[in-house]
Amino acid sequence: MKSVVLQHLKDNKSLYIEEWRKSLEQHEFTKQGSTFSSKDMQQEMKDEFISVVFQSIELSSEENRDAVHRFANRLIYNGWAFSEFIRSLQALRRVVLHNVSANFTKEEFVDVSVEFEDWLDEQITRLAEEFSKIQNEVMTMQKTAMKELSAPLIPVFDKISVMPIVGTIDTKRAAQIMENLLEGIIEHRAQVVLIDITGVPVVDTMVAHHIIKASEAVRLVGAECLLVGIRPEIAQTIVNLGIDLDAFTTKSTLKKGIEAALELTNRTIETSEQMQSNGGLKR
Amino acid sequence: MNNQSCIEIGNEWGIVSARQAGRELSKNIGFGSVDQARITTAISELARNIYLYTEIGQIELTSVVKDNDGREGIKVVARDKGPGIENLRDVMVDGFTTSGGLGAGLPGVKRLMDEFDIESMPGEGTTITTVKWLR
Ligand SMILES: Nc1ncnc2c1ncn2[C@@H]1O[C@H](COP(=O)(O)OP(=O)(O)OP(=O)(O)O)[C@@H](O)[C@H]1O
Ligand SMILES: [Mg+2]
Repeated sequence: MKSVVLQHLKDNKSLYIEEWRKSLEQHEFTKQGSTFSSKDMQQEMKDEFISVVFQSIELSSEENRDAVHRFANRLIYNGWAFSEFIRSLQALRRVVLHNVSANFTKEEFVDVSVEFEDWLDEQITRLAEEFSKIQNEVMTMQKTAMKELSAPLIPVFDKISVMPIVGTIDTKRAAQIMENLLEGIIEHRAQVVLIDITGVPVVDTMVAHHIIKASEAVRLVGAECLLVGIRPEIAQTIVNLGIDLDAFTTKSTLKKGIEAALELTNRTIETSEQMQSNGGLKR
Repeated sequence: MNNQSCIEIGNEWGIVSARQAGRELSKNIGFGSVDQARITTAISELARNIYLYTEIGQIELTSVVKDNDGREGIKVVARDKGPGIENLRDVMVDGFTTSGGLGAGLPGVKRLMDEFDIESMPGEGTTITTVKWLR
């Protein structure tokens, strides 16, 4: 790859780095969510970027991709906004074309500038590619993390289990919840399951439908469902939607739900004083 | 204050962002938590219908002021170029569904909001306009 323009860039590396660096002075590199980024941190990032770009001239395409990948990784994990880096490369274009026009003849200039544009496009594409690749990886990771978070069935007493649901329920999560519920009931030999929806931000017809379907399935495996954690505003919207929860035992809080569940399984919680005044051990 | 927004509904995440934008705007307008929940739920129903029954559509949210008494409110418009709805009377009946759902969405939205208007042309698309006023 003995291109005229790359040789030129290499030979005049320090000049170009200096000029590009200067032209980047007005560029504000920001962090997403606008966490503060000091001038020093910005300068460090700019210098690193400059060196990654100029290194690419001497690296094989493979090595260059690795370097860009590592750089993009740091960008994303530290939350730097991506667009400014693209703008920086555009600033490099102005710097280089300005100098090139002074260093080459008119005839040479056409070829050289085409060559340069190709090289620059490649840099931009590569950065964008690596950036979106890593962003996709992050997204997949987050999805997995969300799945791990989602709705465990927790045995709290003999025959009684609780499933707290936290967050938005989409089709995939609804299926996951149903699976955890039925598997857990069998595993823990639960007779009563409390589904706690305190952490569900919106209870619309789809969520209600999934809950109804889940409780029917629970009944089929011989257990019973109690719905707890219905916030007052959610209770009102459920009524407005015209959804009939009469088939459900509902309790406002998990505490009340557990009391009801104990009753359903013929048990109560007593303080030790109550026990004594009841004449020691009952039942 | 950003008092207008338009959210594309192309996948399930669109539903979530429409809901979030609706909650934000209704809070800014001054709705209490019960009405915020009503508005958010109505948006969720409309957005989910777009997601389920059409290729793509959008939810438009605007803060509005009532002509006669200057009351503030939120306008939610769901617009799509989907298959449209054949019989408008059917879909407003509780329990009517073509997807095995509860069939509570549209009649529910009408009860959750103060004003409700539905326009639909088979083959052309559907526009549902709803408003909730501050009390
Ligand atoms: N935007 C739309 N375009 C075309 N058809 C629609 C649209 N919205 C609703 N429909 C039709 O109207 C029917 C009733 O809608 P509605 O939201 O009331 O109930 P659902 O979506 O079937 O069930 P639920 O909302 O209770 O989960 C739907 O089954 C569908 O056939
Ligand atoms: Mg619906």
